[in-house]
Amino acid sequence: MVELVARTPCAGLLPLRVGAVLLDEVAPGALTSVSPYKGQAEALSKVLQAAHGMGFPAPSRATGDRQARAIWFGHGQAMLVGPAPDPALADHAALTDQSDAWAAVRLHGPGAEDVLARLVPVDLRAGSFPEGHSMRSLLFHMTASITRIEDGAFLILAFRSMAATLVHDLQTAMEAVAARG
Amino acid sequence: MRLAGRGLIDRSKPVAFEFDGARHSGFEGDTLASALLANGVRVMGRSFKYHRPRGVLSAGSEEPNALVTVGAGDAREPNVRATMQEIHEGLQAWSQNRWPSLGFDLMAVNDLAAPFLGAGFYYKTFMWPRSFWEKLYEPVIRRAAGLGALSGQAGGERYERAHAFCDLLVIGAGPAGLMAALVAGRAGADVILADEQARMGGRLLAETYEVDGQAGHLWADVVLAELDALPNVRRMGRTTVFGAYDGGTYGALERVLHHSGRRPRGAPVETYWTIVAKRAVLAAGAIERPVAFRNNDRPGIMTAGAVRAYVNRWGVSPGQSVAVFGNSDDAHRTARDLLAAGVHVPAVIDSREDAPESRDFELRRGAVVCDASGRRGLEAVTIRTAQGEERIAADALAVTGGWNPTVHLTCHMNARPVWRDDIACFVPQEGAVPGLRAAGACNGAFSTATCLREGAAAARAVLEELGRTVRDEPLPEAEDDPYRIAPLWAVSGKGRAWLDFQNDVTVKDVKQAAQENFRSVEHMKRYTTQGMATDQGKNSNVAALAVLADATGRGIPQTGTTTFRPPYSPVAIAALGAGAEGKGFRPERFATSHAASIERGAPMIEAGLWYRPSYFPRDGESDWRQSCDREVGYVREAVGVADVSTLGKIDIQGKDAAAFLDFVYSNMFSTLKVGRVRYGLMLREDGFVMDDGTTARLGEKHYLMTTTTAAAGEVMKHLEFVHQGLQPDWDVRFVSVTEQWAQFAVAGPKARELLDGILDAPLDAADWPFMSCGAVSVGGIAGRLFRISFSGEQGFEIAVPARYGAALFDILTDRAEALGGGPYGMEALNVLRIEKGFITHAEIHGRTTAFDIGMGRMVSAKKDCIGKTMSERPGLLEADRERLVGLKPINADGRMLAGAHLFREEDPPVRENGQGYVTSVCHSPMLGQMIGLGFLKGGSDRHGEIVKMWDGLRGVTTLCEVTGPVFFDPDGGRMRG
Repeated sequence: MVELVARTPCAGLLPLRVGAVLLDEVAPGALTSVSPYKGQAEALSKVLQAAHGMGFPAPSRATGDRQARAIWFGHGQAMLVGPAPDPALADHAALTDQSDAWAAVRLHGPGAEDVLARLVPVDLRAGSFPEGHSMRSLLFHMTASITRIEDGAFLILAFRSMAATLVHDLQTAMEAVAARG
Repeated sequence: MRLAGRGLIDRSKPVAFEFDGARHSGFEGDTLASALLANGVRVMGRSFKYHRPRGVLSAGSEEPNALVTVGAGDAREPNVRATMQEIHEGLQAWSQNRWPSLGFDLMAVNDLAAPFLGAGFYYKTFMWPRSFWEKLYEPVIRRAAGLGALSGQAGGERYERAHAFCDLLVIGAGPAGLMAALVAGRAGADVILADEQARMGGRLLAETYEVDGQAGHLWADVVLAELDALPNVRRMGRTTVFGAYDGGTYGALERVLHHSGRRPRGAPVETYWTIVAKRAVLAAGAIERPVAFRNNDRPGIMTAGAVRAYVNRWGVSPGQSVAVFGNSDDAHRTARDLLAAGVHVPAVIDSREDAPESRDFELRRGAVVCDASGRRGLEAVTIRTAQGEERIAADALAVTGGWNPTVHLTCHMNARPVWRDDIACFVPQEGAVPGLRAAGACNGAFSTATCLREGAAAARAVLEELGRTVRDEPLPEAEDDPYRIAPLWAVSGKGRAWLDFQNDVTVKDVKQAAQENFRSVEHMKRYTTQGMATDQGKNSNVAALAVLADATGRGIPQTGTTTFRPPYSPVAIAALGAGAEGKGFRPERFATSHAASIERGAPMIEAGLWYRPSYFPRDGESDWRQSCDREVGYVREAVGVADVSTLGKIDIQGKDAAAFLDFVYSNMFSTLKVGRVRYGLMLREDGFVMDDGTTARLGEKHYLMTTTTAAAGEVMKHLEFVHQGLQPDWDVRFVSVTEQWAQFAVAGPKARELLDGILDAPLDAADWPFMSCGAVSVGGIAGRLFRISFSGEQGFEIAVPARYGAALFDILTDRAEALGGGPYGMEALNVLRIEKGFITHAEIHGRTTAFDIGMGRMVSAKKDCIGKTMSERPGLLEADRERLVGLKPINADGRMLAGAHLFREEDPPVRENGQGYVTSVCHSPMLGQMIGLGFLKGGSDRHGEIVKMWDGLRGVTTLCEVTGPVFFDPDGGRMRG
């Protein structure tokens, strides 16, 4: 039997520290796209609550915690992050495995907001974007999902194939912020 | 000349710098202009057209004359205003628009020819012969006239873009702006205070007035210290808000490092900010306007407000003996400041008959300055009174013609400012930019007290609108002198009186424009060039239109202003495009096999954002064709492996998934059995082909659609539109899984053998007919297998979760090599599909229909689909449309070129005779000659005919036989076997 060795999207690129800001690759566990079928949103939210401990997130919000998170991901769509999806969810929603589709990185440390202000055209300051808020927006020229998680850190999901550009763009911004001292 | 004991510069910190190669010394806090004045340098530039020596006119961003080039090599920056450039250790600046030197400029000969070079001269003179304009006249004129030059090298400095957000953006940190920021900041609002100067305080730094019982600049420092202590207030110094845009968005340019020689790693020299503000207070102040009189551009003549700024802020006098000329009490204030600093004031020339008396200086009431002498620096001015003319010796002259509020930003959304006769200036129209209020001097409030009052009131109004409570606090005490002015735009008389210093436009030019019927202010601007170039007429617009109004017998408000457009002051293209230079233009998408392809030396080609290997060179191969032919051979004779992960993959689920696919594809998918794959054609609404690909049925309510690499995004967008806009009630959900799966084509007679060697269970041929699909296991990992072919050989595509992509590619290529095959790239892939007549976007390029590509019968008659009705338009079904054919040179060594056109053999190759064109060509190793696909009138009706392929661009003509598009294995036995 052949042996397939797994590689993470940012292997060889991270971690990175510039000034006080840190960028790590995270292993988020399973990523599952969850799209409730017609008229199933409420029922799905209940099953999600029972199975994984969090309801279906409102637009631009994330529910759950470090173990299991549901991040709003677009029109009628959330990303279940962490656990393998409970099979009962499939009665109410289209489930699609996306565990390998996204590069997941964590940006944190003082100045992380300033770094993202150079790439993301959305107000991500803690007052407007506290923990539990999430955004599908641009990260410079690519689309990304950005969520403020525990400790004020940002969880950023971007296309796996764009991991090199993601790290490059973040590093450029981190250097610019650090250079200002 | 530096004045002892005056100014806000730090005399404990001397700074050495160079101007035109000469070393000078200044102090921390100096601008290049103030330091040069302190060093006795009076000529700082040459004028645009006549190359007249010019000195500094102003002390701010409106400076028209003192433009310099800073830096060297690829970091060279032209047209830097000496009034804004702070000096720093090692600063090197050069004057511009002169040859060979600033002191001796040969182009100054233009000045002698001035009688011929007035407005419209070029337009009238260089008309004949017509072709000479572009070839000769324009290049020569452009070389003679101009500003600084770019280095011509790619940018050596880093720039960046950034976003900021706030409740209130305060633009300008003079008394009005400081007060607005203070009131709003104390009330807890999120405030950004932006000012273009390095030091905040605005005119408080340049005047001697007290605020709240202390010197104005000290009051400013107290306020700034309080603002700095407030966490909700952000100060942005050296930041020019240059444009007001929709939705409370403002553009701002921050000069981050121009004041320093330091370049820490990764640091930008400028940041282009997009600031989104719920509200804005414009407190941009006002710009003083000069008075036009003969030779009023002599070095040493500057605005009175600038003279006070140099004296009070920088401790510099522009001369030993400074005369003052004006039409308001500001002239008197200037004389008093000069005298207090110990500078001789020979006379104050006040055009007002009723000017207030003064015992401090010699006052000439009802008098004007009518000439100035001293080519390289002012020596004397001539004044005219009722008694006649008189010369007064002076090496500097402070001039004030009144103040023009800086209304620019209020006009960026197409509003025009409003003329106020009482203060002889334009003020902003209220509500001109939604959410923006003007306060202070930019609103026509010229005393310190009214500035403070308006700033506070504007902030209060904003806070109320934002629903915040605000305490009533007393305003600081400050001067509240009335603004007494009698309009004076130009002094009559002979000679040239300059209005626009930067463009060398005189009073006479404007009058001539009016005379030649360029009477609209917009026409006058374009005829004379007044108000163009880097200063955009900040100093001259109002005076020029006043002169035009006079010349045309209209009032100033009737004449109106030209259009104010962003940016307020110049913004480097490098800042606008920061981060997007080079490969920063767009993201790079790498497949999981990318590193392995690079390691094998494969040249990568771009397919959309993706990078795909072109071919995999081997030692001893001298050109790509050899590699390509070898790789084609792998697939035809053994087994080839190609990464096809870049194709779009869309996961489609729901009880209406089948109906949805029937609707978006021209052919049927509801009848497809689970575990089977079908080729599908997708039409646009207009009936033309949009994309093609295969779709697999993974379950009763579960499909997997593939798209071409290039159209993946477009197809996804199309599906969203169809679902949300046309069939919102259908229960179907879809999501892209392009990134989730690494997918590899394994094709060739030994494909099955290869797969049997790596799959956890060998394939049972009976279970895997052509166009089947299903789950497989590789190394214990759940994958998917599809029996499809884009090469015409027995072909499979195997997919695994992307984390295993790199590993699987290595295994597949190793095994393929062991079987006499190997990896193949895009070139071989292209050859394989052309030999089989398979189409790509070279053929479905947006102007072809299913009928044109020979797939008319794929538009199912049994159901409706997007584009069906439109595809049935009679014009789209005519037999003589250009339809897909194969093309083969009649001589085996004949060349074919994609993009070439087709003609009848006997017809001359001109447009009217066009019969079609060639879309794809390749050298076919199987046929041993070039072949191609193309579109030919009549298409399949003409198989066997000879046509002429003609490429006029590359000079190639080849006679070709028209064939069917499938050149190799036309019955598809190899693919199905």
